[in-house]
Amino acid sequence: MDKLFVNAGAGLEQWMVSGLGLSSIITNLIMVVIQVAMILSFVLLNVLYLVYLERKLSAYWQQRLGPNRVGPRGLLQTTLDVIKLISKEDIVPQAADRKVFKLASIIVFIPAVMLYAVIPFGKDMIAVDLNMGVFYFIAISSTTTIAFLMAGWGSNNKYSLIGGMRAVAQMVSYEIPFVFSILGVIMLTGSLRMSDIVAAQNDVWFIVLQPVAFLIFFIAGTAELNRAPFDLPEGEQELVAGATTEYSGMRWALFFLAEYANLIAMSALAVTLFLGGPAGPWAPSWIWFIVKVYIMIYVFMWMRWTFPRIRIDHLMHFNWKFLLPLSLANILVTGVGIKIYQWFIQ
Amino acid sequence: MTSTIIFWLIAIIIMGSALMVVLLRNIVHSALFLVVTFVGVSGLYVMLQADFLAAVQLLVYAGAIAILLVFGVMLTVRGDIKYSNLFNRHKFTAGVVSLGLFLLIERIILSSDLLISNKPALESTVGPIADALLTDYVIPFEAAAILLLVAMVGAILLARGEGKPQ
Repeated sequence: MDKLFVNAGAGLEQWMVSGLGLSSIITNLIMVVIQVAMILSFVLLNVLYLVYLERKLSAYWQQRLGPNRVGPRGLLQTTLDVIKLISKEDIVPQAADRKVFKLASIIVFIPAVMLYAVIPFGKDMIAVDLNMGVFYFIAISSTTTIAFLMAGWGSNNKYSLIGGMRAVAQMVSYEIPFVFSILGVIMLTGSLRMSDIVAAQNDVWFIVLQPVAFLIFFIAGTAELNRAPFDLPEGEQELVAGATTEYSGMRWALFFLAEYANLIAMSALAVTLFLGGPAGPWAPSWIWFIVKVYIMIYVFMWMRWTFPRIRIDHLMHFNWKFLLPLSLANILVTGVGIKIYQWFIQ
Repeated sequence: MTSTIIFWLIAIIIMGSALMVVLLRNIVHSALFLVVTFVGVSGLYVMLQADFLAAVQLLVYAGAIAILLVFGVMLTVRGDIKYSNLFNRHKFTAGVVSLGLFLLIERIILSSDLLISNKPALESTVGPIADALLTDYVIPFEAAAILLLVAMVGAILLARGEGKPQ
């Protein structure tokens, strides 16, 4: 069971080489296409039901019922929402910078999908096990800001522009403690490769060794995702919907999709770095992966519907005057700790 | 064969977008084409199997474009952003300087022996870079860090304005 997908992939490859007589290059190409298709369908299916989950959970936390009309317990609500969004008219504001406006909704989705290349979905189930996997994740996710700024600028709307500016300010500032919190784990592992990080947590999860780093990672990650209490770029009361104010129909849905795809990717990274990755007893590793990722997503949602939004100057002060020094101190303590540990061992 | 085709595709993308950066009159569009240029260059690094450098290129350059854009928009004093990246009359001088620079770089590239290497690509590029930065090149590395710090303090002082209260 543990190697179900790995064996299925290997079997398919074997069949294509020997059964169909295809050359190895074409087989590799087909396998890559299949992997991409699998990851895309995983992301899209999860997003579909994450929206439902978030609406339902927020409703329960607020003593409401949530969607319960379409299908049993409202399970078909989001599916029909997607159909509605697809059938909507594609509205581009007259004063908008048309090309930038249209491109932004596509570009926002590209890094969101590219992140999944280095996510370990299970044992031996990484699409590309790069030797700098974590760094790749950081580099790709840093480009998300451009899409938000393009959307804010291209809409030619003051709310959108302020939303885009805020997104940049927030995501660029919180990237620093985010990266520094990951450094603690990298120092313990001595490798940027995702599979090495997972293997290093065989005995003890890094959340035990690096609790402060995990907290910083979680807070900065929430800010990177623009989720409440750090959802200032789209604060409804002040900015209508921030950078996405002028978007509707499928273009808006792409932003929504990217937001949730990023949420899954961020949770998966948290699981890989701090919660032992896909490893676990009894059940196959890919089931453990999904269970752990959903626990992380649940906590992210819990945060969102529990805390009120904070003010923009508090947001910046909190980052530069608290999170950044704390993450630097964490690196120092980790370094000293590793040295002392080595000293006692030898 | 395939790598040659990919190289030329990337080269065309880099050159085309770099030209657009200079030729477009809207500074926001110019900055966005600069992103394309940087992503293209990072693609070249991937082709050279310098994957760490490629990721740094994305993180530092392409990521920082967002900040560049913000400042470009904030500091543009013109009423219409469509004419924010204008030409001037020094076309002839600019042409001579560019040609001179091009010839100089071309001479340096053609006279260097870095063109072809028979060494196999490094398995991991991260470790060697870290080793070099923290042993042989630690003094230049620290000097660059201090220089950046000084620049940052200077920028903050300039932005605050001297003598003014906070």
